[in-house]
Amino acid sequence: MTITLVFLAALLAFFLGWILSRTVNVEPWVADGGTLNDRLPEILTTPRVALAIFLAVASSLFALSISAYHMRMEFGHDWLALPSPVLLWVNTAILVLGSLALQWSWNAARRDDAVGLRRWLYVGGGLTGAFVVGQILVWRDLNAGGYYMTANPANAFFYFLTSLHALHLLGGLVAWMRVVKRERDGASPEAMCSGVELCTIYWHYLLVIWFILFALLLTT
Amino acid sequence: MAELGHDATSYAPPREQPEMELPHSHSWWTTYVFSQDAKTIAIQYSVTAISVGLFAMFLSIMIRLQLGFPNTFSLIDPSSYLQYVTMHGMIMVVYLLTALFLGGFGNYFIPLMIGARDMAFPYLNMLSFWFYFVSVLVLMASFFVPGGPTGAGWTLYPPQLISEGTPGIHGGVIFMMVSLGIFIIGFTMGGLNYIVTILQYRTRGMTLMRMPLTIWGIFLATMLALLAFPALLVAALMVLLDHLAGTSFFMPTMFSMGEQLPHEGGSPLLFQHLFWFFGHPEVYIVALPAFGVVSDILATHARRNIFGYRMMVWALVAIGGLSFVVWAHHMYVSGMNPYFGFLFATTTLIIAVPTAIKVYNWVLTLWHGNIRLELPMLFAIGFIFTFINGGMSGLFLGNVTVDVPLADTYFVVGHFHMVMALAPVMTIYAAIYHWYPKITGRMLHEGMGKIHFWVTFVGAYAIFYPMHYLGLAGVPRRYFAYGETSPFIGESVQHLNAFITVAAVLVAAAQLLFIYNLIRSRKHGKEAGPNPWNATTLEWQTEHTPPTHGNFGKELPVVYRWPYDYSVPGAKYDFIPQNVPPEEVEMADEGAVRT
Repeated sequence: MTITLVFLAALLAFFLGWILSRTVNVEPWVADGGTLNDRLPEILTTPRVALAIFLAVASSLFALSISAYHMRMEFGHDWLALPSPVLLWVNTAILVLGSLALQWSWNAARRDDAVGLRRWLYVGGGLTGAFVVGQILVWRDLNAGGYYMTANPANAFFYFLTSLHALHLLGGLVAWMRVVKRERDGASPEAMCSGVELCTIYWHYLLVIWFILFALLLTT
Repeated sequence: MAELGHDATSYAPPREQPEMELPHSHSWWTTYVFSQDAKTIAIQYSVTAISVGLFAMFLSIMIRLQLGFPNTFSLIDPSSYLQYVTMHGMIMVVYLLTALFLGGFGNYFIPLMIGARDMAFPYLNMLSFWFYFVSVLVLMASFFVPGGPTGAGWTLYPPQLISEGTPGIHGGVIFMMVSLGIFIIGFTMGGLNYIVTILQYRTRGMTLMRMPLTIWGIFLATMLALLAFPALLVAALMVLLDHLAGTSFFMPTMFSMGEQLPHEGGSPLLFQHLFWFFGHPEVYIVALPAFGVVSDILATHARRNIFGYRMMVWALVAIGGLSFVVWAHHMYVSGMNPYFGFLFATTTLIIAVPTAIKVYNWVLTLWHGNIRLELPMLFAIGFIFTFINGGMSGLFLGNVTVDVPLADTYFVVGHFHMVMALAPVMTIYAAIYHWYPKITGRMLHEGMGKIHFWVTFVGAYAIFYPMHYLGLAGVPRRYFAYGETSPFIGESVQHLNAFITVAAVLVAAAQLLFIYNLIRSRKHGKEAGPNPWNATTLEWQTEHTPPTHGNFGKELPVVYRWPYDYSVPGAKYDFIPQNVPPEEVEMADEGAVRT
């Protein structure tokens, strides 16, 4: 649970700092004066705040899964690490490119460049689809090589963590499809900027999660 | 105490709240069924939660009938008894209390109390309710699968959860886990909404420190829930994999009839860690909104500002933070590293500090107050009693050495029912009596309410207080009958059990009276008017009662003060609503100082 607790401690420290800064010097019983403006900074628009909170929830989910991974390793004595197929490196590269493509799409949206936005949006989605297919191939290869889910807890956790990650990406692709639909309906780059931005941030986040999971699988 | 005076222009906050685009409904379906109005969703949540809660109460009566009068009701066999125990616990904790406090009260009060027209994401809000509704249906469906619902206890510990001999291992467990999964996904949508709405859609002047404590409680409880529920989700997914795919996350090597079962080397302890990492914050997910609601009701009905508002906020934050580092106090006898026990006993006892601050502040709010013993106030005071009692027995159970002999006895059952069943339920009643006039425009019947209160309050003590003695006598929880252990359990235990059962039946009857009161007063209750309790918060200042779509009239209210301006010296009335500017406060006549 150490990992989860570290994650929570960081989150809590941030939250406590924020709460204290908003509450410590306030005299709530005074009818005038006081801090009247304690909205979040202008840059934190409603969709961004919502995404940030969702990412905190997802992080909690991944932190707990990783904690469980470590605890199961520690508690049981039957852990047999499985090989890391080369295909995983290829998939990692594809995911990095997907994330980059979305970043360029977002940049294009900010430059009001409709062509670039569309091109990189499609490339990003396509690469993400390729990543998920690649992961399915990895699962098939491992299964064919006798690394069944039931054979060893290391295998079970491998399938569990990678599926959890892939499911989050698929959820992201649903959001991506909605953005694509708006693009097809002829929305201007300016109107699409917020949607593309949310997708991009979510993709970067899932890329970081993938690095953490991959590192975990490689080192244990 | 408010300072009355001066320059109105200084209140204008720098950034205007953007006007929300409200989804408007065009048909009966989108108005009453697939509504995106937070108030309708709140009522849908509440009605579903209360219905399923009544069913869980019925299950508890079945449990009590067996314990009070064993061998009398052939309908209840050992398997169904365990299933009743399991479903009673799970429904009450998750599907009633969590859903009602956050989905029900949260949806109704967040927009109204912070001066918003609706939730930030109305569509997501609607989805959230329907996910919850489906999760309830799936849970209920488990009664109709072969083998019935799971009977592993609400804590769902593997390995017995999915081992031969436990009721409901074929269909029941799967339905339970799937239902929890759907509930968690639905809750995440709702929770996201509550937090974003509170952060972004407060009206002009509604600073964080001018929010009613109800909103603070709901806000922090939602944060806890968003971070804690994933632990249950991970556990549920892994249980499903162990059960359906044959993995060994939690299932250890086991032998049955000399043959090894397919699982190998899994860790039941891992499940307990994950479960309680959710399970303990869950206690506070239920308790923090209750704390908030009680604070507001006490202040309103004692006509006095809440004592130590800032301290109350910080105590809520402290309790919420600490609730994440005490989970293993549920596991003192689980076989975990014994050194952990000491650590977790320490953190557990530290929680007593912010909790005690809250209790003292509630009592000090009442001190010299102009107390009106209206129905919400009775229940709120009832909450203080049951919460203190339950908290006190928690001090015993929080200490490892005292807990070891008391673990899994009726002492534990008495403790947690006092602190996290009775106390929140008292608050729910207080809240319903308090806000029903706003929600329906009519008062609940006073006489029936008084009967409801006294039977519930005294009756609940008659039920749960004796359980502590049963626990000290060594009576184990979850047993269908005492069987071979009976020589160790005195005969008087049976008399006490029969007494508890009679009290439980009476209390259950009083709840039916309450339901009747709810339905009857909807049409025949006394007209309430917009603000029957002379309360200060924004929901009482709406143009219409009940509030219409969009909550407020053309203009959103502007907030000039905190929600606790009761009995302000010099003012003509003993309350000043939050949206009254200082220069419009009516002053008492010269010389006529109120005391």
